[in-house]
Amino acid sequence: MLLYDLVIVGGGPAGLAAAASARENGVEKILILERDKELGGILNQCIHNGFGLHTFKEELTGPEYAGRFIEIVKELDIEYRLNTMVMDISKDKVVTAMNREEGLFEIQAKSIILAMGCRERSRGALNIPGYRPAGVYSAGTAQRLVNMEGYMPGKEVVILGSGDIGLIMARRMTLEGAKVKVVAELMPYSGGLKRNIVQCLDDFGIPLKLSHTVVDIDGKERLKGVTLAEVDERGKPIQGTEEYYSCDTLLLSVGLIPENELSRGIGIEMEPVTSGPVVNESLETSIEGIFACGNVLHVHDLVDYVSEEAKTAGKNASSYIKNQRAKGNEHKINLIATEGVRYTVPKYINLEQMDDNLTVRFRVGGVYKNSYISVYYDGERMLHRKKAVMAPGEMEQIKLEKTKLQQYKDLKNITVKIEEE
Amino acid sequence: METRELICIGCPLGCMITVQMEDENVVSVEGNTCIRGDKYARKEVTNPTRIVTSTVKVLHGDKNLVSVKTKEDIPKGKIKDCMRALKNISVEAPVAIGDVILENVVGTGVSIIATKNVEKQ
Repeated sequence: MLLYDLVIVGGGPAGLAAAASARENGVEKILILERDKELGGILNQCIHNGFGLHTFKEELTGPEYAGRFIEIVKELDIEYRLNTMVMDISKDKVVTAMNREEGLFEIQAKSIILAMGCRERSRGALNIPGYRPAGVYSAGTAQRLVNMEGYMPGKEVVILGSGDIGLIMARRMTLEGAKVKVVAELMPYSGGLKRNIVQCLDDFGIPLKLSHTVVDIDGKERLKGVTLAEVDERGKPIQGTEEYYSCDTLLLSVGLIPENELSRGIGIEMEPVTSGPVVNESLETSIEGIFACGNVLHVHDLVDYVSEEAKTAGKNASSYIKNQRAKGNEHKINLIATEGVRYTVPKYINLEQMDDNLTVRFRVGGVYKNSYISVYYDGERMLHRKKAVMAPGEMEQIKLEKTKLQQYKDLKNITVKIEEE
Repeated sequence: METRELICIGCPLGCMITVQMEDENVVSVEGNTCIRGDKYARKEVTNPTRIVTSTVKVLHGDKNLVSVKTKEDIPKGKIKDCMRALKNISVEAPVAIGDVILENVVGTGVSIIATKNVEKQ
C-alpha cells in the first residue's frame, strides 16, 4: 500500500490551492488525484474572463487562473496522478483509486482533503415532460464541447436557467454562429451576475423571460422545439401562457450539486441545505483528519473564494498531520442560520482550535434590499451591517475574531440572520 | 436629444440608468446610486468596449483547441468581425499562455493571445 501524508481528491481550483497551502505549511508527501486528463478542473472550459479579481487583482480567463495554480503546484514539486478515479475512501483514510496504468490501488493517508467540486443538475431532476430526443444538454456539457472539444451542439438554441453558466453559454453559442432564441428563468429574478446579463444577453439582443419554464419537449430523434410557459408565485405553470419555440438544442443551467458520493461512502455527516459535508472552523468534516473545501463543500460563485477556502483547508490539514493543533475541544459553539440565511460554513466552532480570525460564508434565501446582516452571540446582537442588496446568487461572508468569542463567557450559539431594521 | 437606458454592471444592485445624449455628448446621467454607475454609463454610451474570448484551432498539439482572448478590450461593435478573423486561423503546437496568436485584430491595434498551454503531440 502507498503511504502519503495528505491525499487530495480533485485537481481543480480547490485541490490545487489546498495542495500548495499544505506544502507551504510543511507537508512533504502530498498526492493529488485527478480523474480528468489534465489539472485545472472546470476552469479549463471556462474560457471567458472575469476570474481572479480578488486573488491576482486582474481579470483572467479560467484556463489562465488554473494555469497560475498549476505552475505553483509544479514549482512546489507536488505529486499528482491524472486519469485517476477515486473509488472509495474508508474511515481510517485508506483511499482506493484506479487508473489504466496501475489498475486498482490503495493509498494510506494521514489526512485527506475532499475537493471533488460539483455537478450540474440534469433534466431528470426537473421532471420536464416530453420525449428524450438528442439535443438536450446541460450548459456545462455544451461548454466543454464548444470550448475544449471543438464541437457545436446545435444551431437554434433555447436556454433554461439564467445562472452564470447559462448566460455565458448564450453568448458563446451566439459568437460561434448559433441563434439563441430565449433564456427562460423559473424565478422572478436571475441567479446570474448583472454583468453577465448585460454582456451576454443584452449585447446580443437575447431575451430573458423571468418566471418562465419549459413545460414540453418536442421531437423524437432530435429536438424540434420546446414549449415555454409563465409560472405563478409557487412556480406552477399558468395555463394559456404556453408559447412554442422551434429549436434543435436546449441547454439546462439549473443549478449545481456538490459531488459527495465519496463523502457519503465514508459516512461523513452531511448538511442537507448545501448537499455538502458539515464542517467545523478548520473545514474538517465529522471524521477527524478529513477536510473539505471548494464546491464539494458548498457551491461558490467566485473561484477566488474557493482558492481562499482551500488555502485554509490545506493549512489546517498540515497542522493535523504534524500534530500541531491546539489541544482541547471543550468549548463548542454552534452557528445557527435562520431568518433569511440558508446555511453557514462552518456549522460549528471548536473555540480552542479556532485561528485568530474566521471567515463564515453563507447564502441568503431571497432578494433583500437595504437590509442588515445581523450576528447574535446567544441573545445579544454583536454585528449589524447594512447591505444595499443581497441575493441568493451572491455568497455573503462575515468575520469572527477569536478574542471576542473568548471574551463572551460560555457562548453557545452564534446566530446569523437578515433583519430589515 | 436621445435617451439611452442601461443596467449598471458595477454591483448586484443593477441600477437602471437613464442617459440623455445630445449628438455624441452626455447631457445627464440619472438613476445610478453611486459614482461607479456614472462612470460606467458615460463609457458605455460613448465608447463601449469588451474583452473577447474564443478558441483557435491547434495543429499537432495534445489538444485540438487553444483558448484565446483579446489582450485588451476592443470596441463592442467589432466583436463579430473579431470572431470572423479567428474563424479560419490555426496555430502550430506548442502554444504557451500569453503567446500572440494574431496581431492587430481587425485593425484595433489589439493582439489575440493564448490563454492556455498546449504541448506538442
